Amino acid sequence: MIYYIYGDELDDFPDLRDGMFRDRARQFKERLGWSVEVDALGCEHDEYDALNPLYIIAPSTDGGHGGSMRFLPTTGPVMVNEHFSHLNNDVKLVSPLVWECTRFCLSPQDHVPKRTAARLMLAAAVMGQRFRLSHAVGVFDAPMQRVYRALGWAPDILGRSGVGRDAISVGLWAFDNAPLSRLGSRAEVPLSVAECWRIPR
Amino acid sequence: MKTFDDFQRLVESLRGIFQVEHFIYHSVNSAGEPYAALTYAPEWVDYYLERDFGRIDPVVLGCFQRFHPVDWKCLDWTGRAAREFLKEAIDAGVGNQGFSIPIRGPNGQFALFTVNDTCRDGAWKRFTETHVRDLILIAHYLNQKALEIERGTDKIASQKLSPRELDALTLLGMGQSRAKAAENLSISEHTLRVYIESARFKLGAANTTHAVALAMARGKIIL
Repeated sequence: MIYYIYGDELDDFPDLRDGMFRDRARQFKERLGWSVEVDALGCEHDEYDALNPLYIIAPSTDGGHGGSMRFLPTTGPVMVNEHFSHLNNDVKLVSPLVWECTRFCLSPQDHVPKRTAARLMLAAAVMGQRFRLSHAVGVFDAPMQRVYRALGWAPDILGRSGVGRDAISVGLWAFDNAPLSRLGSRAEVPLSVAECWRIPR
Repeated sequence: MKTFDDFQRLVESLRGIFQVEHFIYHSVNSAGEPYAALTYAPEWVDYYLERDFGRIDPVVLGCFQRFHPVDWKCLDWTGRAAREFLKEAIDAGVGNQGFSIPIRGPNGQFALFTVNDTCRDGAWKRFTETHVRDLILIAHYLNQKALEIERGTDKIASQKLSPRELDALTLLGMGQSRAKAAENLSISEHTLRVYIESARFKLGAANTTHAVALAMARGKIIL
């Protein structure tokens, strides 16, 4: 099962909601040391969470938060244009067919993180194709780039700064030729099932 | 296009192009002021506003604060008020099929672009699957135009094209294929497509050829 949830629907899923924001704090603040805001309850939020983004959440085997990602259309405020445009020659990427993916997060408690990551990628691909988007855009570090490659859906790199482990890049995933069957087998999800995931109404 | 009358005519002209009954563009600006250009019967529009149907209209409720395209079949029509509203709408000439594209504009501006027709489910599915991308692009183009007219200028300060976007348009303008242009720029064709799409969007061009022509006419590229 995969959940596609807009921000204003998160309160209907309190366990997934709290798990996601707490796991984001663990991943981005504690593990990666990013300068993100964590509140008194140990949850990480930023100004983009206030824009009613669309979250894709993969539950863990016990029903809690297993992993998640966050989407916003590039026609509105997005991180790649507001914080990372230096990675792309100061080009602002603006298209109704391109959505930004941010806060790709996996729960440290998840027993099958690789499979969860693959499920999230598959869920994003299925969504992009359903909505006839052309691309997702995202900013990622070198280790995540290896994760994407290992999952079989590597982005096209538009620009990069830094070297080695410290490099951060901006890249595009094309939805039209997303490797659905490869992602499906890594995610251990039959495509017939993925196509029935409840895309938001 | 300088006035809302021009805008209304443009929305009306879409009917002939797509061979469907109705198009509706509806916008709420950051000050909460509504604006609409549409092809429904004026009597239905007056009645809708008088009854304040926006409160119960599943299309408005289902699309507000969203940003993915929605087929009306996916909306919640189960409530009694919604069912009665639908019946009244169809009696007033609204088609039984609808497809709506929410648009997030600048500073909290929100708009909704809808195509509406009377046909069977199968034909409608084929229609939306064939045209969804064009409809999304038209929706955003219309929204930009409406914002420009509202601001009282005939065009917004054009967004700057990046060096890569200029390179892409220049090579295509010189007659190179996408594959060849991508090779010359040492990027994939997919990436090239994004540059072209982004440039097209910034220029307000209808297609790639139009984008090249506009970029030339505005002195942005020299061939």
